[in-house]
Amino acid sequence: MRVAAMMAAVLAATVLAVPAGRAAERGADPLGSPRWEDMARSLLSGEAYVFDARVKVEAPDLAENPMLVPVTVDATALPDVKEVLVFADFNPILEILRFHPEATSAYLGFRVKLQQSSPLRAAARTADGVWHVGGTLVNTAGGGCTAPSVGSTSTEWQRRLNEVTARAWSEGPMSGRVRLRIIHPMDTGLIAGIPAFHLEALTLRDEAGTPLMRLEISQPVSENPVFTLYRGKRDGALQAAGRDNNGNTFDVRIAP
Amino acid sequence: MKRLILALLACVSLAARADDFDYRLVPQAVAPDVYVFVGKTEDFDTRNGGNIVNTGFIVAPQGVVVVDTGPSLRYGRQMREAIARVTDKPVLLAINTHHHPDHFLGNQAFSDVPLGSLAEVQRGIASEGNAFAENLFRMSGDWMSGTEVVVPTRTLQAGPLEVGGRRLRVLALDGHTGADLALFDEGSGVLFAGDLVFNDRAPTTPHARVARWLASLDTLDAMLAGGGVKVLVPGHGAVSGNAAPIRRTRDWLEWLSGSLRQAAAEGLDMNEVLARPLPERYKALPVAPAEYRRSVGHLLPGIEAEALGAGHVH
Repeated sequence: MRVAAMMAAVLAATVLAVPAGRAAERGADPLGSPRWEDMARSLLSGEAYVFDARVKVEAPDLAENPMLVPVTVDATALPDVKEVLVFADFNPILEILRFHPEATSAYLGFRVKLQQSSPLRAAARTADGVWHVGGTLVNTAGGGCTAPSVGSTSTEWQRRLNEVTARAWSEGPMSGRVRLRIIHPMDTGLIAGIPAFHLEALTLRDEAGTPLMRLEISQPVSENPVFTLYRGKRDGALQAAGRDNNGNTFDVRIAP
Repeated sequence: MKRLILALLACVSLAARADDFDYRLVPQAVAPDVYVFVGKTEDFDTRNGGNIVNTGFIVAPQGVVVVDTGPSLRYGRQMREAIARVTDKPVLLAINTHHHPDHFLGNQAFSDVPLGSLAEVQRGIASEGNAFAENLFRMSGDWMSGTEVVVPTRTLQAGPLEVGGRRLRVLALDGHTGADLALFDEGSGVLFAGDLVFNDRAPTTPHARVARWLASLDTLDAMLAGGGVKVLVPGHGAVSGNAAPIRRTRDWLEWLSGSLRQAAAEGLDMNEVLARPLPERYKALPVAPAEYRRSVGHLLPGIEAEALGAGHVH
């Protein structure tokens, strides 16, 4: 374990020795996407990055339902992750979400809408400012961003908008895990006559009000988002507060 | 080298077989005057052209009743030709058991005769039919050429149905979809169960409500226990002389929903649920891994919403 940590440190140091912007030392995009240079420029703002297998993105190779592609981002093998940006090269809206694991693991499970087959990536920014990029390819029939939400065809969500259900596990194999679901149509704005309407911020705090994780959420996150994260060896209640792009807010207490 | 050439030749000849777009439909007589076209227990692809479904027909004294029309215009036409080789009586009614595409996309070939279904099936075909058809064009390719959605217009209701001098009984059930018709032929004792029953093929669940489906299986099971049913025609898989396919469909559905409920209660996320191995008894079941993956997508969100709803949020 210590050897692994030392190796990781050495690797990280090697990475730092590479001047930002020199593509040859970083290696080619492991996913071979023709869009990668654009991604680096626009989403990573041209900042230093390295492809890094320690940032794991898990999703099905073949996603049956483009409206609901399960994604698990695990950057816990990296030290001191400040921020994780998740995006899809070929989605009409590139950014999916961004999370700041302030006092949680750098781990997040959720679902995403994909418009077509695409690399699905996570870039984890460590304390030294370098983005560590991992990803996987997802094949799908597509259309996930331009199909209406189920919510847009019923009125149930209007009554239950921003309703949160959640559970926290404090023992057993899932000890430390928190899962929450928020009712929201997450309309992308890409369908004529249905404006963008989506959650944009969610913060989880512990009982004392200390922030655990902050999320910035964009349109491609699936309808009625479900998030899975780890708060580690803390128990007690949680506070979940958020708002959507129309200014609707919520602030709930999740009892243990 | 010789072996390679042989292998290549084999590929070419297989491709040639597929290119003639002939489903090679051969009616299987399951009772006097009752025939079934048994499809493959596969998923849609460009080799089978969507012939993965069972359709059938009953020759009544004055004409023919068709049960489901298959996955494409070509299938519907070839089915009608195959029926004409058995009888020269006219088709009097074509029934769609439910609104899934492999059961109604052959309707065009029967557009000159009454097309019947439960009311809910008409609504389903009208609203979702085009999206289904697009999906089959993608999966089955040119086999689908010229196929367009035709919505049945004659509404069938539960109860006795006399067509062409033959006494039938319509069962209006649900659970596989929002409306699943089963058809019982009183004279022969043949029960067309539609997709409420799968035989040696993993069930599909895009519109499933499992509790309702299980209740419908109870109804069918009771019919078989009553002794009147001599032949059970499942929507997919071999025709059966007993209730075993009902039991196996129930077994899969109970395992599936129980396993997803347990996973949701334990707090597993979708990727973790997808990674769970299938039980040993389903290792040899055709398309089980693919249907399990799809069913997780269809059923887990609702089950998980219930499980999270049991938490304490104020």
